[in-house]
Amino acid sequence: MSFILSCPNCGPRAVDEYAYGGEVTERARTSGDERALFHYLYFRTNTGGDQREWWFHSSGCREWFQAERNTTRNEVLQVARPGELAPSREPAGG
Amino acid sequence: MIGLLKKHRYFRDHDLKSSYDVVIIGAGAHGLATAYYLAKRHGIKKIAVLDRSYMGAGASGRNTTIIRSNYLTPEGARFYEASVKLYESLSQDLNFNMLFSQHGHLTLAHSDRSVNTMMERAEVNRLVGVDSRVVYPDEIKDLCPQLDISDHPTFPILAALYHPPGGVIRHDAVVWGYGKEADKMGVEIHQYTDVTGINVENGKVTGVDTNRGTIHCDTVISCVAGWSTLVCDLVGVPLPLTTHILQACVTEPVKPLLDKIIVSGTLHIYISQSDRGEFVMGSEIEPYSGYSNTSTFRFIEDLAMHMIELLPMLGHAKILRQWTGYCDVSPDYSPIMGLTEVEGFIIDAGWGTYGFKASPIVGFTIADLIGTGKTPELIQPFRWARFYENDLVSERGAAAVSH
Ligand SMILES: Cc1cc2nc3c(=O)[nH]c(=O)nc-3n(C[C@H](O)[C@H](O)[C@H](O)COP(=O)(O)OP(=O)(O)OC[C@H]3O[C@@H](n4cnc5c(N)ncnc54)[C@H](O)[C@@H]3O)c2cc1C
Ligand SMILES: [Zn+2]
Repeated sequence: MSFILSCPNCGPRAVDEYAYGGEVTERARTSGDERALFHYLYFRTNTGGDQREWWFHSSGCREWFQAERNTTRNEVLQVARPGELAPSREPAGG
Repeated sequence: MIGLLKKHRYFRDHDLKSSYDVVIIGAGAHGLATAYYLAKRHGIKKIAVLDRSYMGAGASGRNTTIIRSNYLTPEGARFYEASVKLYESLSQDLNFNMLFSQHGHLTLAHSDRSVNTMMERAEVNRLVGVDSRVVYPDEIKDLCPQLDISDHPTFPILAALYHPPGGVIRHDAVVWGYGKEADKMGVEIHQYTDVTGINVENGKVTGVDTNRGTIHCDTVISCVAGWSTLVCDLVGVPLPLTTHILQACVTEPVKPLLDKIIVSGTLHIYISQSDRGEFVMGSEIEPYSGYSNTSTFRFIEDLAMHMIELLPMLGHAKILRQWTGYCDVSPDYSPIMGLTEVEGFIIDAGWGTYGFKASPIVGFTIADLIGTGKTPELIQPFRWARFYENDLVSERGAAAVSH
């Protein structure tokens, strides 16, 4: 296994038990701005640092949750139910 | 004899100048090929190729060297076919033996659905002049007797897409060959030169900041594959990419016994035997994004399980080493090449798990774009702006297995 991720329901498990859902993005508004919509659909921050992301416990409780992970060290900083992550330790861009 | 043992340097070291005509970020196969064709075909000589690490430190020195052109879209197949053609004469052109051996490539289908995809690929390939056709178990057995074509495995082999010109090459030689010839024409290769900033005034590139000082230039080309988002962040160009690691491994060398490249999308594995006798094997990208080059045991376990099902004779082979590299994955499994909204900033990215085979044609077409100011037709479909135009080039059916 390459790292351990804790499901808020089930506790620490090997990362292979989960499906990755990508970085947390801000939902596009239903305005008429096509560029904003395509940006939301395709473009990503792809951070080399702390990233907030979605995970699905596919071989466990089958619930979605969120994690904050350092993508260069593969270190999980926190996990929480959707929308409940604490503010990041470092300010954005820090 | 003494001469043979002497260490060769393929390029010279230079002081970093304060200005160049063109700065290329990334001394992988793409960056060096671009420098070579810029100097060779367009007479541009004041070129610096900068790399934060050593030449070939990125995916160019870590890939599994498979070269093929049997893609699913006409845009893709045409583009990669042009690259295979350049590869066919590259050893002569660069006066360096690249050990390119086109011994054929089989993509196995284990389900009706993948048989359909193979048929579609064969049709598209035929239309654009790529040598590729669907073959069935009897012929597969002739082409590659080592494969278990019985109905014994969990996923029996139903058919395969056969691509005779598919092959493998010595990847380091491609990097060194382009570097050596570019150097001869006056291109400067600067290793351990990290680009930390890209300067823009009134929407135009004016230079780059590095750990060795600032350089002035009007044209910057980013050839950094897995690092593309990080470099494009320096200039404010957003990208539709996520970076994932891809793993690979080799066995101990043995006598030649597998002369085809074998790929299975269903089993998520591929294999070839190198000229040294090692079996070179790979699988899928890690599903989560990130920049941590840590190999996993899980990769070896999964790969070995499926590989032995396909090629039972490999049961006794021992793994010699495993490694990882970055892959910049795009939403449509096609590259992103050409102009951006910042004048003078050109990108070459989105190479995912399949960019090595494109190195020559990337260098050729990006050099043409800079030399003539016009985007070559071959790369027009891969423009950055396509994501805002919702005009994608979906290669999922031909590129989702990593090679
Ligand atoms: C395990 C593996 C197997 C693969 N197998 C195949 C295959 O069989 N066939 C195939 O066609 N493709 C394959 N690929 C994909 C292929 O290797 C890549 O798409 C291709 O090599 C990209 O080449 P490049 O020159 O664009 O980038 P790279 O070779 O990655 O070079 C980028 C360079 O940029 C440098 N750099 C990054 N940031 C900076 C900065 N800020 N300043 C200065 N320099 C910087 C890096 O140090 C690096 O040397 C594989 C990839 C991997 C990882
Ligand atoms: Zn759970």
